[in-house]
Amino acid sequence: MDVVFDNIGYLLGGLLTTLELTVLGFAGALVLGTALAVCRVSPVPPLRVAGAVYVEVLRNMPLLSLLVLFVFGLPDVGLTFPLFASAAICMALFAAAFVCEAVRGGINAVPVGQAEAARALGFTFTQSLRHVILPPALRTMVQPLVNIFIGVALGSSLAAAVGVSELTNRTQVLNLQSAEAVVLFLVSGAIYLAIALLGGTAGGVLERRLSGRAR
Amino acid sequence: MARGPAYSRVLFDEPGPRGRARIRLYTVLGLAVLAALVGLALWQFARNGQLGRSRWLPFVQLSYLRFLGQGLVGTLVATAIAAVLSFPLGVLLALGRLSRARVLRWVSTAYIELFRGVPLLLLIYAFLLALPRFGINLPLLWKLVVPIVLVNTAVLAEIFRAGVNAVDRGQSEAAAALGLRDGQAMRLVVLPQAVRLVIPSLVTQLVALLKDSTLGYVVSYPELMKQGNNLTVYTHLLVQTYLIVALIYVVANIALSRLATYLERRLGTRVRRRATGPEEPDTGAPGRPEPVAAAPQTMT
Repeated sequence: MDVVFDNIGYLLGGLLTTLELTVLGFAGALVLGTALAVCRVSPVPPLRVAGAVYVEVLRNMPLLSLLVLFVFGLPDVGLTFPLFASAAICMALFAAAFVCEAVRGGINAVPVGQAEAARALGFTFTQSLRHVILPPALRTMVQPLVNIFIGVALGSSLAAAVGVSELTNRTQVLNLQSAEAVVLFLVSGAIYLAIALLGGTAGGVLERRLSGRAR
Repeated sequence: MARGPAYSRVLFDEPGPRGRARIRLYTVLGLAVLAALVGLALWQFARNGQLGRSRWLPFVQLSYLRFLGQGLVGTLVATAIAAVLSFPLGVLLALGRLSRARVLRWVSTAYIELFRGVPLLLLIYAFLLALPRFGINLPLLWKLVVPIVLVNTAVLAEIFRAGVNAVDRGQSEAAAALGLRDGQAMRLVVLPQAVRLVIPSLVTQLVALLKDSTLGYVVSYPELMKQGNNLTVYTHLLVQTYLIVALIYVVANIALSRLATYLERRLGTRVRRRATGPEEPDTGAPGRPEPVAAAPQTMT
């Protein structure tokens, strides 16, 4: 256990980087993914096609492949970002494809009749979105979005493979220096598990809140 | 989901003349923006001399292709072994979680929750760096495959469990009425139907396994990602190689995803067609359950 306490600052720093990556990546993915979803449900053909292609490509590309392309490939075409920024951008680009599908799924899960009824009652686009479509759509989105959040948290560990000094990377560095390897991995694993479980619990609470308000 | 126009009927009505004019305007604007983005990317490549023939032509040479092809074979081998091991283990774990024996149920549940909450890379580092000190030094391939199996067994168990729960209760009740014991009913009646229901999800999970195999890059097992990396050491064609590698992954995974959608539709329609077939008049009896929708692709 000593190795954990001796290096607690170093490990916590790694955890902080992991959390930053997760939060920034997820926030970026929410913004970009929603924009993509807007493109995919819009009646404008080129935007719809562009959104569909983006989702299809990014969902089928391994995250590590994207990270490696971004970190080692793009400098060749004159695009160099700080390592952490690259990783955060990759997490956002990657998760945005999944967010897009979650948002689109939520909107499409609303019965068409409700939206038509809202329009028949003279609701404007914004009004029907705000009062009729979004409340049930958001409820449907919560669970998939929580899964995406957990996916981003666990996926951020891949940034270690391209050299970002986050929790997984620091665990592996410390492991090389000390003999108490297994303890380190257990502690880091427990931290990730805690993040995943906390995310899941928070999602459950959020879902209950949203469905409570609608009644 | 109802078939209709591709855009969301929830959000938009059939456009009128003014709406159509606006759609045309946005179509032109959208095309302009997309063209500008593509142009910008090409300009950025050209400006840095990455569009020259010498930078792309090597990739049609047999030796380059063979090198990447070997990587693809490595990827497929790792994926196949991981699938062959984790699918049956996933079934066993699902049965454990559904079991009446409390200890078995708890252990299975704990395993599933644990391995769904731990990053694969951390496990791989453990197998790569920590366990060899305790005398557990697996060959390279297995340092990659064993962690993948450990993690994906948990995911697959949840898929199989969803399948078992989706099988009509009447099936196991009927089996019990026929005098089958619990285990027999599960093995002979429920499980075969459950597996059939989750086939599309299983194919989707193959995509996840294939993506996971990219971590061979970390353990230096020569799959596609690592081979691409090895290639760049000699050629210094970084962007080109990694773009092509990414493209190969995308094509392979899209093919698998298409297969999943195809199976989903096929299994789905077959169920419906049989229910309304001519020799089987509609008696209002509940039809057979729909296949469980393909699980959303896992990340990483």
